[in-house]
Amino acid sequence: MEKRGLNLTLKIWRQENAKTKGAFVTYPIQNISPDCSFLEMLDQLNEQLVDKIERPICFDHDCREGICGMCSLYINGRPHGNDTGITTCQLHMRRFKDGETIWIEPWRSKAFPIIKDLVVDRSAFDKVIQAGGYTSVNTGGAPDGNAIPIKKENADLAMDAAACIGCGACVAACKNGAAMLFVSAKVSQFALLPQGRVEAKERVSNMVREMDQLGFGNCTNTKACEAECPKEIKISNIARMNREYLISALQK
Amino acid sequence: MELNSKIPAGPLAEKWSNYKASQKLVNPANKRKLDIIVLGTGLAGASAAASFGEMGFNVKIFCIQDSPRRAHSIAAQGGINAAKNYQNDGDSIYRLFYDTIKGGDYRAREANVYRLAEVSNNIIDQCVAQGVPFARDYGGQLDNRSFGGAQVSRTFYARGQTGQQLLLGAYSSLSRQIKKGSVKLFTREEMMELVLIDGKARGVITRNLVTGAIERHAAHAVVLATGGYGNVYFLSTNAMSSNGSAAWRCFKKGAAFGNPSFVQIHPTCIPVHGDYQSKLTLMSESLRNDGRIWVPKKKEDAEALRAGKLKPTQIAEENRDYYLERRYPAFGNLVPRDVASRAAKERCDAGFGVNETGLAVFLDFESAIKRLGKDVIEARYGNLFQMYEKITNDNPYNTPMMIYPAIHYTMGGIWVDYELQTTVPYLFAAGEANFSDHGANRLGASALMQGLADGYFVLPYTIQNCLSHDIQIPRFSTDLPEFKEAEKSVKEKIDKLFSIQGKHSVDHFQRKLGNIMWEHVGMGRTKKSLEEGIQLIRKTREEFWKDVRITGSKDEFNPELEKALRTADNLELGELMAKDALLREESCGGHFREEHQTPEGEALRHDDKFMYVSCWEYKGEGQEPELHKEPLVYENIKIAQRNYKE
Ligand SMILES: Cc1cc2nc3c(=O)[nH]c(=O)nc-3n(C[C@H](O)[C@H](O)[C@H](O)COP(=O)(O)OP(=O)(O)OC[C@H]3O[C@@H](n4cnc5c(N)ncnc54)[C@H](O)[C@@H]3O)c2cc1C
Ligand code: SF4
Ligand code: FES
Repeated sequence: MEKRGLNLTLKIWRQENAKTKGAFVTYPIQNISPDCSFLEMLDQLNEQLVDKIERPICFDHDCREGICGMCSLYINGRPHGNDTGITTCQLHMRRFKDGETIWIEPWRSKAFPIIKDLVVDRSAFDKVIQAGGYTSVNTGGAPDGNAIPIKKENADLAMDAAACIGCGACVAACKNGAAMLFVSAKVSQFALLPQGRVEAKERVSNMVREMDQLGFGNCTNTKACEAECPKEIKISNIARMNREYLISALQK
Repeated sequence: MELNSKIPAGPLAEKWSNYKASQKLVNPANKRKLDIIVLGTGLAGASAAASFGEMGFNVKIFCIQDSPRRAHSIAAQGGINAAKNYQNDGDSIYRLFYDTIKGGDYRAREANVYRLAEVSNNIIDQCVAQGVPFARDYGGQLDNRSFGGAQVSRTFYARGQTGQQLLLGAYSSLSRQIKKGSVKLFTREEMMELVLIDGKARGVITRNLVTGAIERHAAHAVVLATGGYGNVYFLSTNAMSSNGSAAWRCFKKGAAFGNPSFVQIHPTCIPVHGDYQSKLTLMSESLRNDGRIWVPKKKEDAEALRAGKLKPTQIAEENRDYYLERRYPAFGNLVPRDVASRAAKERCDAGFGVNETGLAVFLDFESAIKRLGKDVIEARYGNLFQMYEKITNDNPYNTPMMIYPAIHYTMGGIWVDYELQTTVPYLFAAGEANFSDHGANRLGASALMQGLADGYFVLPYTIQNCLSHDIQIPRFSTDLPEFKEAEKSVKEKIDKLFSIQGKHSVDHFQRKLGNIMWEHVGMGRTKKSLEEGIQLIRKTREEFWKDVRITGSKDEFNPELEKALRTADNLELGELMAKDALLREESCGGHFREEHQTPEGEALRHDDKFMYVSCWEYKGEGQEPELHKEPLVYENIKIAQRNYKE
């Protein structure tokens, strides 16, 4: 059964570096197998560009199976493209039609400056975690793993929140550039576990303060983040974080 | 070169306690004056750096990705082993130790493996304390699953994302130290060269991947935790940036390379589907708990499947060959990876493959769904099924999955002694980058265990023992001639690559090398295939250095250059892998020499000749590497032919 290849027009954002201005450049590409992934399509374009001694398009990627959070494209106006519950590397070309024009942009947000082409700097996320996304335990001396039973329900909810891959799609999707979904997922994971309760108050206030200082915007409840999150992190985490934050502020 | 494994005296179960009781320590005031470089932020690197930071050392940590949280460890799905015996099914430290040695086909060092089993329980406790959301049962206790190569249920897991959760745990601890200032983080910064001063590892040269700047970093000791080299094969389950380059550069500075030919092929990956393919996706081995592997009994059926004229569900039960259950009644679908992989290849080579390319077998959940219900299967594997469907467009609830073996893990790596120190003093190696613990085959859920054991519970002790000799040694200046020299060699190499301006992309060469490796140094190896392979690798290496084309410049973000530097190393490392496989005239674990098999087609070891670790020493450009042997002595385990039939 011979599958027909797709012929597409790509409009890709090219930008030399953080200081220069960028623009869309048009690249036609032919005979793309519907079974190949979106990034494999870009690989093929890059190989053609190298053949023509042109500069290949820079984009972030690594695991190519939806878990490292490295890939990050805005495709036809949606972070991670037109499918739900997946990352760009999991998007397959069978989701596109022959003859289609595809717009490919980097994440656009004040807190994520562009490095080159489609690559952005997401180190602000690391800084938020450094502000409190941990339990303060040193290596060694931890009690037996079963010493404190944890209700399955809470363990499962904590896992749901912990599934965040730190990709930044929530920020890119948000018109305010808010990082609430990302931050609340981490706060929630710990808030739900006895090990995390110990420092719950300090954690939430430190992480929120850091988030504000790093230039992320305010949350106005548009829910765009939840709709675009590849790991389907729920906005109920934001409500939980707001509760935690309030308690921590009241008790100061 | 002297190989001293430094195994402590005393009975096996007391070696590690004895070591810790008699090792030298460094007091807090002195720790502040000592610097450690950690290369890699995977489980091994992140856990080591966080622990060093907590202890009071000054640490610099490096990774290729934009965040430490993205190291390849993040992709591990199935789980992590520990000898907790929470299930009361007869597990113990000794049994985990025994299973690991046996699973490794008697090619690992007893003392190291015992220590690994011993600290495995601490890892679980540590991770729970960090807030790792392991799966729990309704009583609130930690849950376990079973994995290939074991008859007990000792694998801890966090849904299908165990590696992610463990890495995020280590990453949080690391982040805490970064905030405290004890660890300095360098992301998008790749190690290019090791710097030796008086024969000791005292620094590295790195390339800033954003600006292209070449930088110098000095320290009292260097820890290599840069992962495995499976990407020599081009297509593997590894992440795109996974590489053996850092290890290879250390090899060229005098670190012996142990068992380079020992690579693991994972039986349950999604089959190759096109030339444009960039990587292979693993389907967790845990699927073998409930999935049954089969091919048709009749060749006509296989041919009809390949032609798309027959659906798998149309093949009657009696016409299916559940070949693992047939050949290995005791372990069935849960035989170790190497055994399962070879059995799949054997069936496909015999003409029973089930997809267009003839290189796939079925992994079927029909009977599990009948027995347990769709809900149970969905709860166990829902996310994996979904991932499979996204990639293949097939729904595994209705039709069996198709799988085929793929390169997955490298047991070989930089040789280390009991302290995880390499043959270059003050250079340590941890995690997948070192050769220890897994012998010729790694059991499922044991890499995560080893990475965290090395980082949390071994290195913090052994590095102290080593650095206790250096408390008088002031910080090294990066203006020393050794740094200048190393930097110069890196810059020259980059300039040389750019000067070629040939006709082919880097991927062209890496793909070509990958094909040679898979065909000639892959699952079934022969003297002939290896000898030919070596010639082909050499030829490809020559072509690369004549005809590679790298676009862009060296002073910018340039992934083509990054790939070129790694491929250049792979073209050398691949040859050493083939040489090592050629030398080892036996079959053991993942290393299968077709000339050496039992009448039933099982791996046939030659313990009288090959009960050793092959350690290769670099002898200079264009020179043959020299082989050294570390004999393996089994004092506690009775050596046997591995048997998964009874
Ligand atoms: C798909 C998949 C599933 C797996 N599932 C399991 C499982 O269920 N259970 C299990 O036990 N094992 C599993 N494994 C194996 C296991 O994940 C790895 O062996 C282990 O995580 C390796 O950890 P590491 O810390 O040694 O290296 P990695 O996690 O590979 O980290 C390497 C680090 O080194 C850095 N680095 C590399 N080169 C350089 C350089 N030159 N300069 C600077 N930094 C560098 C990288 O940026 C990265 O931070 C799986 C592997 C794969 C591929
Ligand atoms: S919350 Fe979702 S979208 Fe945001 S970083 Fe995490 S995984 Fe990505
Ligand atoms: S490349 Fe890892 S999530 Fe897409």
